[in-house]
Amino acid sequence: MKGKITRWVLVGLGVLFIALMLLLPLAAVLVYALRQGWATFLSAVTDTYAIKALQLTLLAAGITLAINTVFGLFAAWAITKFRFRGKQALTTLIDIPFSISPIVAGLVFIVVFGRIGWAYPLLEAWNIKIVFAVPGIVLATIFVTFPFVSRELIPLMQASGSDEETAAALMGARGLRIFRRVTLPHIKWGLLYGVILCTARALGEFGAVSVVSGHLRGKTNTLPLHVEILYSEFRLTAAFSVASVLVVIAVLILILRNIVEHKLKREERL
Amino acid sequence: MRVLGLRKAPSRRKGVIPGFGLCMGVTLSMLSLVVLIPLASVFLILKDFSLHEFWNVISDRQTVATYRVSLGCAFTAAAVNVLFGVLLAWVLTRYKFPGKRILDGLIELPFALPTAVAGIALTTLYSNKGWVGSLFERMGVKISYTTVGITIAMIFIGIPFVVRSIQPVLEKLDAQYEEAAAILGASRARTFFKVILPEILPAALTGFGLAFARSIGEYGSVVFIAGNIPYRTQITPLIIMNKLEQFNYPAATSIALVMIVFSFIVLFGIHVLSARVNKIAGGGAGG
Repeated sequence: MKGKITRWVLVGLGVLFIALMLLLPLAAVLVYALRQGWATFLSAVTDTYAIKALQLTLLAAGITLAINTVFGLFAAWAITKFRFRGKQALTTLIDIPFSISPIVAGLVFIVVFGRIGWAYPLLEAWNIKIVFAVPGIVLATIFVTFPFVSRELIPLMQASGSDEETAAALMGARGLRIFRRVTLPHIKWGLLYGVILCTARALGEFGAVSVVSGHLRGKTNTLPLHVEILYSEFRLTAAFSVASVLVVIAVLILILRNIVEHKLKREERL
Repeated sequence: MRVLGLRKAPSRRKGVIPGFGLCMGVTLSMLSLVVLIPLASVFLILKDFSLHEFWNVISDRQTVATYRVSLGCAFTAAAVNVLFGVLLAWVLTRYKFPGKRILDGLIELPFALPTAVAGIALTTLYSNKGWVGSLFERMGVKISYTTVGITIAMIFIGIPFVVRSIQPVLEKLDAQYEEAAAILGASRARTFFKVILPEILPAALTGFGLAFARSIGEYGSVVFIAGNIPYRTQITPLIIMNKLEQFNYPAATSIALVMIVFSFIVLFGIHVLSARVNKIAGGGAGG
């Protein structure tokens, strides 16, 4: 009897904490977005600058995803299928972006490509703009999400070992074939999981992008930056309307993530 | 086979699996281009900056005040998160109740929700006109634009780190120790503090470290609720941002360097701790 009470008290506290800390902000976004009715909501969401911001956000996330997936696959293959010196150091170096503030992540690209950067004379000679332009936004997004895919793949590929790949190689299979036929079936859910985490962060990145963007409306404004601009102009309903689009994307990603995680856990048990 | 000085150690299998050179080449060049070279460039900017100037910037009164705000709030938030993180991990691994899977899935919300969205939502919610803020306003407590608000935003961003660090350890923890303790006559509370807590302590500390590190660096979800009042609610990432907006790049870079060094120290601590956690979760109990 006493155990039962403790149990419900603990469950209640946990649920209350999540409801107050996580669900309430989510609900607030949706309520504030629709406070002035659907018409206001729709006009904020279909505003030209909002659409342009959405396009840039999707573009940056798409490029980031492609590059980080390629890197994740190569890095995980190198780290888990071979033995070499400095492996631990390499793994730690890959994890660096995780521990760095997004503001500092943005700053390092200013330091390279900005007016004071060592690469600035070169860029000027070729007439390329990186900082305060789209390439800077893409670079900053790649930086902050760099380890996301490799981090999911490395433990998974370490656990499955390399015996099967060795056998395939001894039987004469070439690299790409081994990867497609032997490795990929083992890691497909893990890969998808890493890709989902990377997408979520890339779509929502704010700090790093904020530093390198220059906030040019319609040009270098991503969706999260657009939310910030609307908010700082005291156009709260518009800000929350655009934010609610990001909330819907986030909830979809969360659901997808849970489905994939479930599959991943089931596969691990087999 | 040599790639940039990394030599393949002699392997028992003599390396039948193809692709070492290619994979290593791609990995190292991408890592250098995206992460290592840009990070190293921080020092290039500072080379024209004397040690004296550097020290003046990072020990400036206003800058030191930001360290205090950032560290203090991040520490409090991480401590609160450990408390609720242990509770949530316990509830999620040991009990069955309706809606458990939804609760489990919701834990990751702070990872999925764009930080700026969380930021404006929390600020509005806790401002004196917001749903929660107006309740506290009547009691004379202000939340938005104070350190309390910053701490709440950091609790929001940090909770998944702690829960996800502790959960796997609790799942692996063999129930027979608890049974043995119960048979020997220990109360449930005593069992928890004497048997379970020591086992999950390293994981809880790892979670604390991860949440702490993330909170110190966090920008999007904290910046709106902080309000950027110098000496009172200005956080370190925000003073870097202010210096950048004034095109004071050496000063911004100097403070950034302090943050980089600090996060490396925390990262190192976490690595040491998680090596111990892996021992417990991997080999210790059950299998």
